[in-house]
Formats: sequence, C-alpha cells, structure tokens
Amino acid sequence: MTDKRIAMPIRTTYHKRSIFPWVNACAMILLMFVTLYPVLNTVAISFNDGTDAVRGGIGLWPRVFSTKSYETIFQDEIIYNAFFITISRTVIQTVLNVIITSMLAFALSRREYVLRKFITTAFVLTMYINAGLIPNYLLLQRTLGLSKSFWVYIVPTMLSCFNMIVTRTFILGLPEALVESGRIDGAGDFYLFWRIIFPLCMPVVATVALFVAVGAWNSWFDTHLYNAGKVQLHTLQYLLKMKLATTTNSANAAMTSADAAASTTLTTPVTIRAAITVVSAAPIVVIYPFLQRYFVVGLSVGSVKG
Amino acid sequence: MRNAKATVLSAAKGDVTFQKEPFIKQVWQQRQLALMSVPMFLYICLFNYFPLWGWITAFMNYKPAVPLFENQWVGLKNFEWLFSKPEFLGAVRNTFAMAAINLVFGFVFPILLALFLNEIRSIRFKRTVQTVTYLPHFLSWVIVVGIAQTIFASDGAINQLILALGISKSPIFFLGEGKYFWWLVGAINVWKECGWNTIIYLAAISAIDPALYEAAEMDGAGRFKKMLHIALPGIRSTFMVLLIMNIGYLMEAGFEIQYLMGQNVVMDWSQTIDIFALKYGITKGQYSRAIAAGIFKSLVSIALMISANFTAKRLGEDTLL
Repeated sequence: MTDKRIAMPIRTTYHKRSIFPWVNACAMILLMFVTLYPVLNTVAISFNDGTDAVRGGIGLWPRVFSTKSYETIFQDEIIYNAFFITISRTVIQTVLNVIITSMLAFALSRREYVLRKFITTAFVLTMYINAGLIPNYLLLQRTLGLSKSFWVYIVPTMLSCFNMIVTRTFILGLPEALVESGRIDGAGDFYLFWRIIFPLCMPVVATVALFVAVGAWNSWFDTHLYNAGKVQLHTLQYLLKMKLATTTNSANAAMTSADAAASTTLTTPVTIRAAITVVSAAPIVVIYPFLQRYFVVGLSVGSVKG
Repeated sequence: MRNAKATVLSAAKGDVTFQKEPFIKQVWQQRQLALMSVPMFLYICLFNYFPLWGWITAFMNYKPAVPLFENQWVGLKNFEWLFSKPEFLGAVRNTFAMAAINLVFGFVFPILLALFLNEIRSIRFKRTVQTVTYLPHFLSWVIVVGIAQTIFASDGAINQLILALGISKSPIFFLGEGKYFWWLVGAINVWKECGWNTIIYLAAISAIDPALYEAAEMDGAGRFKKMLHIALPGIRSTFMVLLIMNIGYLMEAGFEIQYLMGQNVVMDWSQTIDIFALKYGITKGQYSRAIAAGIFKSLVSIALMISANFTAKRLGEDTLL
C-alpha cells in the first residue's frame, strides 16, 4: 500500500535519475557476495583434496573433489563426544535460561511487588559492574571447584540480565487485565506466570532462546579456561580452536612437508580444519533462517525501550 | 487472599503500608513472587557481586596458597607497576583504538545498510539480502578467525584481488604485520555484525510515519533528501540510546578475536587489557597485578558510562539509568 503511494510521484518527478534502484540492487548483490564468498570458500576447501588444497587458490568450487576430510574427522571418536557435549550444554543451558529469565522477568514486571525496585536495580547494575576475568576465574576454579566438570558450562550461565530486561519490557506491554482477572479468580503467581503470561511471551522467548543457544553452541573460552585438561568435556568449537592453533603454528611446516605427506595421506590440516568448521557451523546456519521472523520481532520489541 | 489484595492496593498508593503491615509480612504475602526472584537475586550476588571482593587482592601481594588476610599488603604498588610497564600501556592503547574503530564502524555501516535496504521495493529481494547478511553473526569467533586467516593469507583471496587489480606488486602480509591488525579487526567485525545490527535501525525506520515522506515529496525532496531529512532524524533516538550504551562498553574491544588472531608477531598491536590480565593472572600466576589491570578497566568503563549518561541528559535525550 505504502509502496504504491510513494512510488508514483518518484517515477514522475525523478524519471531521469531512476538508475538508483539498479545501482542499489547491484550494491546489495555485491554485499551478499562479499558476505558469502568466505563461507562458500571454506566449504569448497573442505571438499577438496588435502594436498592439492595446500597450494591455495581455491575459489568457490573444489579443484580436486574429495570427501576424505569428512571421512577422517568422523572416524575419530572425539568428534562424536564433542557433538554430544555441545548439544547437551546447548539444550540444558537454553531450557534453564529461558525458564529462569522469563520467570524473573514476570516477577519484576509486577508493579505491586515490594522487592521489585531493589532487585531490578541489582540486576541492571550487573550490566555495568563487572569484577573482571580473574576474580570470576578464581570464584569458579577455587571457591566453587567447578573446573574439570560439565557444570561449569551450566551454572555460571543460567541467567542473562540483558535478556531478562528485554523479556520484562515485553511483559509490561501485555494488558494488565490478564493478571488482574487471574488474581480475582484466585490464581497464584506461579499459575499466572506459567498458564497465562509465559504462553503469550513466545516471540520474545524464541528470541532469548536463540540468543542463548547460539552463545552456548559457539562458546569455547570456558572449555579453554576450565576444561582444557579433560578431553571428554571438549566442545566442538574448542576442537576447532585447537586445530586453528596447530595449523597457524605449523603452516610453513605443512607447506614443506605436504609433498612428503602426499604419498601416505590425502588430508592436511587445511582441509580438516575447513571440514570441522563446516560441521560445527552447519546446525546453526541451517536453523536460523526459519527463526528469522521471531528474532526480528523480538529484537525490535525489546529495543523500543532500550 | 483478601489480605493480599489489601496489600496490593495500599502498596500501589505508596508507603502508607509501612504503618499498617510490616515489610516482612508484605514479602510473605507475595511469597510466590519472592520465590521467583529472590533465589536469582542470591545467584547474581554470588556470581556478579561476590567476585568484587577479589578486588582487595589488588592491594596485596596475593598468593593463592596463603590464607587471604595473611598476604602482605602493598598499597598501590601493583598499580604503579602497571603504569610503569610499556606492555600494559600498549594494551590500554590497543583496547581504546580497536574499541573506537569498532564504535565508529559499528554505527556507520549498519545505518548506511539499513537506509539502502529500506529503498528496496521487492520484499523478497530485501528479505534475501537480510537473511544472507545475518549469517556471519551466527558463526563463532573461532570459525570467523579461521576464515579470515584463509582470506587474508599471503596467497588468499584478498591478496589475489590486490595483485589482479595491480594495487600492489607483491602480496601484503595482513596477518604478519602489526600495523594492519586494528583495521583487520575492524573490517572483520563489520563483516560479522553489520547485517545483524541493521535489525534495530530497520525497525526504527519502519516506525516512521509515511505522511512525513509524502510531505517531503510535496516539497520536492528527492530520494537522498528524504533519507537525510526524514529517515536519519527518525532513527535519532534509537541511535542515541545505542550510542550511550556502547560508550559504556567502550572498553570491551572484544576479546575472542584478538585472542585467537593475535600471534606473537603482532602482539604489540593485538594485546588488549583482558588478554594482558589473562596472561599475567592465569599463565604467570601474578593474580594481584592482573586484578589491578581488571579494576582499571572496570573503573574507566563506569566513568565513561556515567559521563555519557550525564551528557545525554544535558542534551535532553533519553537516558538508560
């Protein structure tokens, strides 16, 4: 509707300069190319023959096609374990985080709640006051003894203040009468939250869930800091990070030894790394386009009040 | 139930309730709400406020093996050590430089992209561009750094392009020379987050009253005049809120990208305050000095945030606190 109304005068007044839409479209296509090229290049390398890939210069299509890299990484049991750890931490963290965050947001959205102001302030301040890396490390490592355990992935990440505030803004936008009428019917706060408010929060809950899940899936630093010594607890991103370190340090070594290695193996760190990259990114890349309408709405709603 | 309702009503009126019902009793009447929020309050006390206690060790010569108060107090010695160390001053400089580059790029590119996306008529094409540009946001830093190392390598795509276009006769060592590092981080950040950051601006632009555009057209405004005088002022308040928020986070130049991409050769340009703290704290076990570096960073952040908020208030803008 709006499009038509705006489009008419432009075409009459500015027909001389109407190349703009074409320039704009070309710029957008170029932008998409710049965004996608590095990703597709990695996919091409992962399907390329290992020793050939070391020569470099692969573009958007494998030069010598081979699935050897994928066969190699899936032969190693470590990757199945890493998948298991990554999926478990992502699922547990997301479920806990979403329930806790929205429950807290509900409590702090009740205007009659006497502790509301005090607790809200305490939460908002955490966004700005940060003890820093080392005190947090000492807390988890020494005081709570969470290193070398799966729980270091879950316990410190059960709540995000930013997500809580986004959710609270959303709940505050719902009609007050929903809660009022529930109260008159004698419903307790847990019932009100779980049966009335939570189902209505789905757009924002989906957004928060996506944020948390992506963060959990992509994190490697907690593994690096607390669980580096325990192979059974390594996550996918951490496996990849270790591959990254070995390839950068031995890039030159790989170049020279590539010819020697050619006779025995068909994979090199370059292709292995690309293959792990593809495998560890694929689940998220496949899922996010389907959630696009949720997170666009959720992000826009939450940002209205900052 | 009736009691609870009475409290609800009187609480809404103000502190009259304090004479009628003791505070504890009010909390008891709202125990379900308290049960939802107080455990989480205790949780952040443990994970966000309790570690602040560790700050006192910055004034000690702290050894983890020794009980806390048996450590030797050294006053501001650790801070003096930090500010006499060129490595730390370099880390402060790098943090500010990269944060400033990210701040400017992080506003300019998403706003430009949002303005141009807004001009696209075909909804399907617009949505395709959006979906594609959101993609890098979902990739982890480990992946992004790995990809960047391939693309910016001496035989990578960027250097092939440079050689083909004749900009330089020999490949440029983007990854091996410190002077490129800040700009590389800036460029990679734009690649990763530019599309994602348009979401908020596009929401703000679409909230602009179409009548404003029509009025501008009546007055003979062209496409670029409308962008400049309607769309840009329309996203002003969103921009200001994000600006204040980001100035508060100015010291967060990012951690993962510098940590993963900063090899030894470029260390002088890549090391940030966090990496410095990590190196001295965890690798070298000099906790007091590392915590002192962390305190410096936190205090500067808080000062920046308060002054940004104050300035915004003076200018009559929305504030966060």
